[in-house]
Amino acid sequence: MQLKLEHLNKTYTTKRASVTAVKDISLDFPDNAIIGIIGKSGAGKSSLLRLASLLETPDQGEVYYDGVRVDHLPKKELNRRRLEIGMIFQNFNLFSSRTAGKNVAFPLELAGWNRRDIDERVHEMLALVGLEDREKSPIATLSGGQKQRVAIARALAPRPNILFCDEATSALDPQTTHEILDLIKKIHANMNLTVVMITHQMEVVRDACQYVAVIDKGCVVETGAVSDVFRSPKHEITREFLSNIRRSEISVESAIAYLQDNGYEVSKR
Amino acid sequence: MSPITELVLQSTWETVVMVFFSTLFAVLLGFPLGIFLFVTSPRGIAPKIVPYQLISRIVNTLRSFPFVILMIVMFPLSRVVLGTAIGTEATIIPLSVAAAPFIARLTETALNEVDKGVIQAAVAMGASKRQVVRKVMIPEALPSIISGITLTIITLIGYSAMAGAIGGGGLGDLAIRYGYQRFRTDVMIESVVIIIVMVEVIQFLGNKAAALVAKYPLGSFGRSKKVK
Repeated sequence: MQLKLEHLNKTYTTKRASVTAVKDISLDFPDNAIIGIIGKSGAGKSSLLRLASLLETPDQGEVYYDGVRVDHLPKKELNRRRLEIGMIFQNFNLFSSRTAGKNVAFPLELAGWNRRDIDERVHEMLALVGLEDREKSPIATLSGGQKQRVAIARALAPRPNILFCDEATSALDPQTTHEILDLIKKIHANMNLTVVMITHQMEVVRDACQYVAVIDKGCVVETGAVSDVFRSPKHEITREFLSNIRRSEISVESAIAYLQDNGYEVSKR
Repeated sequence: MSPITELVLQSTWETVVMVFFSTLFAVLLGFPLGIFLFVTSPRGIAPKIVPYQLISRIVNTLRSFPFVILMIVMFPLSRVVLGTAIGTEATIIPLSVAAAPFIARLTETALNEVDKGVIQAAVAMGASKRQVVRKVMIPEALPSIISGITLTIITLIGYSAMAGAIGGGGLGDLAIRYGYQRFRTDVMIESVVIIIVMVEVIQFLGNKAAALVAKYPLGSFGRSKKVK
């Protein structure tokens, strides 16, 4: 699905103060891309995600899915639209009162699928994320990485055409982060799906995304293809994010492993 | 069977009847009230200030009544519903009225404590307000509601000891009339031991039930750690 944001503005007002979290943000990405939105805490990236995923309505501006305006939809229409939107979260947000399988079944129950189709789809989705043997497992028995896999299966079960990831790997260790990103890339390659990832980790953008928008103080400061932005970062904030990666990856082993993962041949001398 | 044993058995049965039915009615009344309070509260998902304040005040008032006074205040209601204001059955009404507001509040609190992220996830998947409450919040809050009900049952066992004041009988009444007033220490001890056993059994069953609906992993002590 093609996501387009036009001149979005959002201000949150409390009794004490008002904060403009999103200032005149316009973004336009190609169909079925993996898009990274990166920014520091408080940069406005989560607010932007809530606007783009229709959880909140913008004060000004428009959100388009495949050229159709979708902000300010009537309630019924909006709830129907939501079945086309998948979402995963930093804290997984799984239902602890349900098993892994029943979590995946939840959006299908909302969509009114019949029992047999639900069972079949649940098996299919759990197999897709490599947890076919955990269908009956209570959520509390799963590891962080397994929980995020269940969350991905749940988000994608009703066949959405856009997946929003809200800091989806921030609670995971580097190895598990890597596995989850690989899984998202694998799924993306086999489905007709746009992925929008909110993150504060440049590694996530580098390892998984095709396009990136860098957000600072509610504004987009830089946007473009990931390869271009990494080659010639223009904004100071972008450079800061890039230097953070370099600092975190001093070890030669990790650099070699990264190159090998990406299909380069590395000869050790 | 000696007359005293018969008396002890009779009193145990009366306590069981009082506590069972008052718990049943208190849950039937208090649980929906708790959901109502949660939904209509100023920070709830469908705020309705006037009905919320009204119900909330009634709940607070009933909760602040000393139970002995509440029993007397409920006389007219008992006469209307049961045709009598004394006896074991008649005690069920003040016991239910005392416990229902308690259950309402603990249901409201349990619902308030459901993880906001989980609710957000359900909304993001297209759940309506009704579906969020019915399919997400109540199941998620159920373990804590069951723990609360267990606590209520145990409190009701304590309250039911006062039922003697309006001829309700039960173990508390037996302990006072025989154990204390007729100096039958053995009867006193028997009554107290039976009450202790009852409390232990209910606590055990309550914990089991809560663990069962919470889907705890076997051998763990509590809910899974939240990832922050």
